[in-house]
Amino acid sequence: MAGPGGDMQWCFSQVKGAIDDDVAEADIISTVEFNHTGELLATGDKGGRVVIFQQEIENKNLPQFRSEYNVYSTFQSHEPEFDYLKSLEIEEKINKIRWLPQKNAAQFLLSTNDKTIKLWKISERDKRPEGYNLKEEDGRYKDPNTITALRVPVLIPMDLMVEASPRRVFANAHTYHINSISVNSDNETYLSADDLRVNLWNLEITDRSFNIVDIKPANMEELTEVITAAEFHPHQCNTFVYSSSKGTIRLCDMRASALCDKHSKLFEEPEDPSNRSFFSEIISSISDVKFSHNGRYMMTRDYLSVKIWDLNMENRPVETYQVHEYLRSKLCSLYENDCIFDKFECCWNGNDSVVMTGSYNNFFRMFDRGHRRDVTLEASRENSKPMQVLKPRKVCAGGKRKKDEISVDSLDFNKKILHTAWHPQDNIIAVATTNNLYIFQDKVN
Amino acid sequence: MECAADAQSLISMSLMKIHNSRTQRGGIKLHKNLLVSYVLRNARQVYIKEKYAEIYRMQQYEEVMTVCNEIQELDPLQLDAEDAGGEEQAPPVRAACCGGGEEESGPCEPACVHRGAALHVRATSTLLGCSPFEDGGKEPEPSDYRSCCMEAPAPPAAHFDHFSSAADSSSSGGGHCNKTTVLDLDTHVVTTVENGYLHQDCCCGAAQGAQSPAKKRKVEFGCCASDAEEVSDFTAARKRAKREDSSPPFCSLDYTDTSNISNLISIFGSGFSGLLSRQADLEQICSKQALASLGAWTRAIVAF
Repeated sequence: MAGPGGDMQWCFSQVKGAIDDDVAEADIISTVEFNHTGELLATGDKGGRVVIFQQEIENKNLPQFRSEYNVYSTFQSHEPEFDYLKSLEIEEKINKIRWLPQKNAAQFLLSTNDKTIKLWKISERDKRPEGYNLKEEDGRYKDPNTITALRVPVLIPMDLMVEASPRRVFANAHTYHINSISVNSDNETYLSADDLRVNLWNLEITDRSFNIVDIKPANMEELTEVITAAEFHPHQCNTFVYSSSKGTIRLCDMRASALCDKHSKLFEEPEDPSNRSFFSEIISSISDVKFSHNGRYMMTRDYLSVKIWDLNMENRPVETYQVHEYLRSKLCSLYENDCIFDKFECCWNGNDSVVMTGSYNNFFRMFDRGHRRDVTLEASRENSKPMQVLKPRKVCAGGKRKKDEISVDSLDFNKKILHTAWHPQDNIIAVATTNNLYIFQDKVN
Repeated sequence: MECAADAQSLISMSLMKIHNSRTQRGGIKLHKNLLVSYVLRNARQVYIKEKYAEIYRMQQYEEVMTVCNEIQELDPLQLDAEDAGGEEQAPPVRAACCGGGEEESGPCEPACVHRGAALHVRATSTLLGCSPFEDGGKEPEPSDYRSCCMEAPAPPAAHFDHFSSAADSSSSGGGHCNKTTVLDLDTHVVTTVENGYLHQDCCCGAAQGAQSPAKKRKVEFGCCASDAEEVSDFTAARKRAKREDSSPPFCSLDYTDTSNISNLISIFGSGFSGLLSRQADLEQICSKQALASLGAWTRAIVAF
């Protein structure tokens, strides 16, 4: 696969997480996100924890630079809760993490579970004051009358300590399960979306939010679709999109009215009637929507494909990539084992030339838009020698299986890659298997 | 599209998923259950078509034989006056076509189908407990309706019997699975679905509470009401709708949006017998078979 300056060869860099085959449910990774510079990489898991990795950047300009991400901070973001009024348990699983652009020395991120969004401040402390003469050695305060001199404490270096503190808690605004959060380019507001509603928040104000989209029907028996993802436009602070379970995407302009129930644009591709099956509605449900960095395109992921849409053309996508078309004949078994409900995410590379998404058997796929090439790679412990080049994988859909190919029936559907992230500038990717985080980089970085 | 046999297993699978979702951690997932309901609807449609085709094929032969023997004994007044509009035509049509012998099975179809439709209305309305509100003179002679279908293989007839008895029990109030409580998570309004008829138990300060009963009444095809006047209006309206709508033989009763989706609330509520009360006879057959293993619900609280 060719990238700017030659073929891209992906190499193993690091893997984070336990080696055990026996996966603890709390360790299952549920979201992965680079910050705006790519220096920090955050993961959230089913146990409500956030782990942030930081890139070593001292040797970045040296040749053969191997970017290494090390643990920077770990904290418990959400705890399990119980809603007594509705007799519902609220899972602590982190659904999404979104970084705020950096404004000062501290870093800020939003993390959300099904019901509550929290703003976390991650700050460093590498100095501490020393030299107070107000306390005894055992810590008790001295009697003020015994203090005869004024001693100004001195800051001395200490081991780096990274502290995470919750600065805002945005609660009680969602009746249904939150699936998305997105920070606005104005850096003052953000949106949160659940199955039926989208709310607009101010980052400073926690006790109220504006409802901007509400698709709940007056009679719930008439419900035919739900919101599956939502995102703000990267540059236009008045524009956002939300995708639905029916495979449509609506673009809304907040200048048009306070309630954006009427879309400005509706992106929908007519269904191919020859592909009609029992599961047509399920596989057309969009699991993720992402704007390109330049703001001209958006990408959607449904169960079998990735589609790129030009924001100026509503009636069909400009590009469609089949992720694992060989699964189309297996939909019944995938329905039986619930895999058909898996929500795969997708991501763009820094210059919007390549898109990536996950699949089963710990495979992930990259589609080079410019060169019309695609590749399937695998995240596995077997291929985890330092700088080992990943060999492209191939799935044999039917007929005679060639050497090195894997037949569809031997795919492991318990090993799925739902969450992937691409460094905003460099060719470094983070790929989450069930409970491990793999970091790969381009050999010629 | 998969064949009908797969449709049946998909129906069971879907119902089991919906059942399991009640106990999953984190509450009922609206999105997943919506998708499951789509599969359920699709599988049901295919199964009905297949079943109908199968039964129709069997009935075709039996009908030809039976009708030809019955031409002499047939009394037009056997058919219920309620659906007289379409039905009075039926005997002469049958007589005419069947005079031509077994080969003329084509024209017999509408007749058989009309009777089937009438039977559908009868059975469904009985299931809803409407019979107490109808004129005594309109009380059906079930055996006559079944004369056609009784000749068919055992399962359909057996189920008709079953449904009648189920209907009797439910209309007398001793039936199973006829009540569901639904809690709206936003307004905290509690609604009770009873045999398909919605009314609200309480309203926690929501203004729409006053409107909703009327609105819900309009969309529900359930005709049982505490208000007798409204009942006759409803039954009359339904009967009118049925007569006008008689050409597609198995056209369902006039309720909203069922072609679009199996309503979530009625799937979750009424212990899955909500599926039964909204469908034609043959739908009831296949659903009943699919549900046989799941056991009865008495009262369910569904939070949406």
